[in-house]
Amino acid sequence: MSVHSTSPQFKENAARALSDTQLQRALGNVKQGFIDKRRKAVENLPEFEALRDSARDIKNHTLRHLDLYLEAYEAKVKASGGQVHFARDAEEARAIVLSLCREANARTVTKGKSMIAEEIGINEHLEANGVTPIETDLGEYIIQLRHELPSHIIAPAVHLNASQVEQDFRRVHKDLDPNRDLSQPVQLLTEARTVLRERFLAADVGITGANFLVAETGTSVIVTNEGNGDLTQILPKTHIVLASIEKVVPTLEDVSQILRVLARSATGQEMSVYTTFSTGPRRSSDADGPENYHVVLIDNGRSAMLGTSFEEMLRCIRCGACMNHCPIYHAVGGHAYGWVYPGPMGAVLTPSLIGVDQAGHLPNASTFCGRCESVCPVRIPLPKLMRHWRDREFEHHLSPATFRSGLAFWGFFAKRPALYRLVTRAAMASLGWAGRSKGRFNWLPLAKGWTKSRDFPAPQGETFQARWKRERGNNA
Amino acid sequence: MSARDDILSNIRRSLGVTGRETIRTQIAEERLERAPKGLIPARGQVSGEERIALFKAQVESSLATVTEVSSPADVPQSVASFLRDHNLPATLRMGADLRLKAMPWGETSLEISHGPSAGKDLNAVSHAYGGVAETGSLVMISGPENPSTLNFLPDNHIIVVSAKDIAGDYEAVWSKVRFTFGKGSMPRTVNWITGPSRSGDIEQTLLLGAHGPRRVHVVIVRD
Ligand code: SF4
Repeated sequence: MSVHSTSPQFKENAARALSDTQLQRALGNVKQGFIDKRRKAVENLPEFEALRDSARDIKNHTLRHLDLYLEAYEAKVKASGGQVHFARDAEEARAIVLSLCREANARTVTKGKSMIAEEIGINEHLEANGVTPIETDLGEYIIQLRHELPSHIIAPAVHLNASQVEQDFRRVHKDLDPNRDLSQPVQLLTEARTVLRERFLAADVGITGANFLVAETGTSVIVTNEGNGDLTQILPKTHIVLASIEKVVPTLEDVSQILRVLARSATGQEMSVYTTFSTGPRRSSDADGPENYHVVLIDNGRSAMLGTSFEEMLRCIRCGACMNHCPIYHAVGGHAYGWVYPGPMGAVLTPSLIGVDQAGHLPNASTFCGRCESVCPVRIPLPKLMRHWRDREFEHHLSPATFRSGLAFWGFFAKRPALYRLVTRAAMASLGWAGRSKGRFNWLPLAKGWTKSRDFPAPQGETFQARWKRERGNNA
Repeated sequence: MSARDDILSNIRRSLGVTGRETIRTQIAEERLERAPKGLIPARGQVSGEERIALFKAQVESSLATVTEVSSPADVPQSVASFLRDHNLPATLRMGADLRLKAMPWGETSLEISHGPSAGKDLNAVSHAYGGVAETGSLVMISGPENPSTLNFLPDNHIIVVSAKDIAGDYEAVWSKVRFTFGKGSMPRTVNWITGPSRSGDIEQTLLLGAHGPRRVHVVIVRD
């Protein structure tokens, strides 16, 4: 484990989140923005569903041959003049990055957005050893100023409102005119651009993540909208790519297939603004680009997930669609999940990576409405995998406590009428949609005893409370 | 055991393989060799005028601007008027691209400088390797001809693309890259650019010009 986790306190975290009015206002943006944009992008591409199948199949194929593609990838990186370092866990990865920074005599390091960097807690480690990391993605920059974890995997500062960002900028950018106008978001953006431009030009090392690694060519691929990842990797002398082992795919064609579902699922764009394919260091004739190119390939629990029911989770391309569509995420936000990965994907991945004893509450943070699975571009059966965690807890000594915590979780929501209404309304709407074809379910969450021997009639897309209100309203 | 060998053997243990199975190795090698295309959306499968029209529409929906000229000789005037229309200074940075070099920049009053950007240039022009009509993306290749820093540091980025280099889909561009650089080899950087830099990180409001160019202007050369 690396970054400190508060996942065991999920319920306390959630309760705090629910009464945080700033947060609740900010979360409204998730619900409105992302869902609509994704839907429009999907409607615009008739082949979208077939491309999801294709993306799933590419990932499955790669995972089944992961050792071979990693070897092919490594050979190609070396052939293009780059270096590959393997790290079993977070600690090894941190040590490698620090020694590469020392080799480069680095004082400051710019960073592109990278979830694996969060996972291994690289910033704290560099800072503790006299190297200053500077986040350059606007959202990451903001949360770094606040010493927070990202609350969303593609929109790290989505839990904040502009006025909070303004306060942070005034607090930190002390050398700027205290009377400057920062009332508009665009003024905040411009200020960050100016401040970070200097940092980009001064950095000794640039660290980015990778959305994909290409075995065919030894290429690392990053996808951004701001261009910060590119400035991070072309300006400093040394570029370090951090990537977990499951990021590899076979060919450029495979990347192209998956890119067609990535941006559409994430932000509803047809394609992100910058998709960058980097292969090795600067060539002899080049006028710019890094002189040293390193890739740190990190396992940190992935190889143990292969061959288990959680192997499917390794298909994840970190698009964020599952959390954008999750009623629990909408209600409590990302920080309640207590570690690096929030939402449905976090509820499945976090127990795999930090242990079910630490994160056992998370798989219960679900209404099992199924919306996450219905939008996941690589078709990860997230509700099923959450259920697997529950079953696993059951098999272990954790069982009575787990069972209680499942019910306790239900009780927790049931005791908060506004939240209960919100969550059940979303759940019923999706259940109604999902079950209407058959009119029955043969399985329901928290009702195993019931559905084991009989089906549960599918709700007709409305909760009792909503219907009561409507009908009473009609009568009045 | 080294971390590398440890990780590979953990993967193999989890998958229940040794890594030396002939058929399995052949399957992976063949996929790398053949690079199967997968599913290509019908949208980009158009040619001629239809493809150019799709490309232009997609460039515009990515919030870039686009214009056409009928020959390379018309590019400098077109760029100069773009800068003038937006009240931008008459300066322009470019690499050593021969196609750009051959254009009559002297017929304009633009002050031209050459080389990569160190962060002080307001305007730059690059020549694209190609375009992709499916999403209005420009494909840029690193090198002294078109240094990568020009794609990101200047506020205003003008991209010249030849109409005949506009492909329907990404896969067609990869075929061309393989032809140019050899199978399995890549230039240091390939940038796909789809519109100007942007961020939605503050309250999900879309703002242009995050760290990269605030404006991207595409000039299609019909020749
Ligand atoms: S689990 Fe699926 S929907 Fe969620 S982030 Fe991963 S790929 Fe996206």
